Amino acid sequence: MIAKPGLDGHDRGAKVVARALRDGGHEVIYTGLRRTPEQIVRTVMDEDARFVGLSSLSGAHSHLFPKICALLKDSGLNDVIVFGGGIIPDEDRPPLFSAGVRAIFGPGTPSSEILDFVEVASTRDCGVGSQDDWHWGE
Amino acid sequence: MSAIENGEMQVKDSKGEIIAITGPPGIGKSCIVDSILHRLTPAKKVAVLAVDPTSPLSGGALLGDRIRLSVLDDKSKAESIYVRSVATRSSSGSIPSIIRGLANHLLANDFDLVLIETVGAGQSEMRCAAIANRIVVVEGPARGDGIQAEKAGLLELADLIVVNKSDLEGSDKVVNDLTMSLTLTSDAPPIIKTSTISGEGLDELSSMLTQLKERTSSKRARFRQQLLMLHESILTSNPNFEAVLDRMSEEGLALEDALRELSE
Repeated sequence: MIAKPGLDGHDRGAKVVARALRDGGHEVIYTGLRRTPEQIVRTVMDEDARFVGLSSLSGAHSHLFPKICALLKDSGLNDVIVFGGGIIPDEDRPPLFSAGVRAIFGPGTPSSEILDFVEVASTRDCGVGSQDDWHWGE
Repeated sequence: MSAIENGEMQVKDSKGEIIAITGPPGIGKSCIVDSILHRLTPAKKVAVLAVDPTSPLSGGALLGDRIRLSVLDDKSKAESIYVRSVATRSSSGSIPSIIRGLANHLLANDFDLVLIETVGAGQSEMRCAAIANRIVVVEGPARGDGIQAEKAGLLELADLIVVNKSDLEGSDKVVNDLTMSLTLTSDAPPIIKTSTISGEGLDELSSMLTQLKERTSSKRARFRQQLLMLHESILTSNPNFEAVLDRMSEEGLALEDALRELSE
């Protein structure tokens, strides 16, 4: 599932990622713009999504991504794998990884790398509630 | 739900209404479903199975029907609604065979009504008849001349015909063409004009939906579709299905030989 949390009207990147995953043979659900963390978690639950990709270009990632990770855990969705993308400065990334985000893809990432991440992460026990502190590219 | 979708769990039939909403792409099926949900919930618990096509090339799918369901933003209603996106995967047509199991599972779990939003479908796509108790066909203006209404196909199986986008020019003509065509039918389905922009007809549609009568003339056609669907699902659930496809495209395995291998 590809989601756009918060007040952010830019979804070209999210759509490109959704399309790349589709072309990679995955079933992708796109939530549309301006979803709340609660709506995103509810959708993950209804749709039984294995991965959720969060896209943010508004600067609110440090607030929204950990909140979504916490809500997923609260809802018992510990096996869902979270990744993120957008404009996310390097110094903001370690806290997001600690919160349970397993990969962050910035501008210029080849779409094949995101497909590789999905492939590798599906073989690991790295859901948002897992004790594994692995993240992509470490 | 995923276990049923992946064929790992069988589900018995349950009592309850399963209504298919079908029609050509972009005619407003999702918006019609949204309008219905706004009116029927929270009094009723309604589940929506939104079907989108699987890529015939990559096997992937982009499922975007829930974007248009504004009703999910209303907290008082969202609690009585369940929406699940479903890809067609290997099945042909506008609706995959596992939908039957998904719908029955939801009915067995306290949902009063299951709405199936099919893939945008054309004139001869009748597979939804195999699963739904009732079929609502959504039509719209500027979709060809009066002869289109006379053609055989999906319209003959409709339990209700919705002419959507009534705010646009030409919708009265479509209603007229359809009415004229259906005067020759013994148990013609009702036709209703709606607009999700002006709101015309939506209250009426929602109340009609819960008390639709089954058309007796379509009973045999429904069984025909059920039989075809079962036959197809046996074929596509064969574990060698993908391998046989590979051999057809790479080694030139003949069509008849492929079918024989899968039927063994």
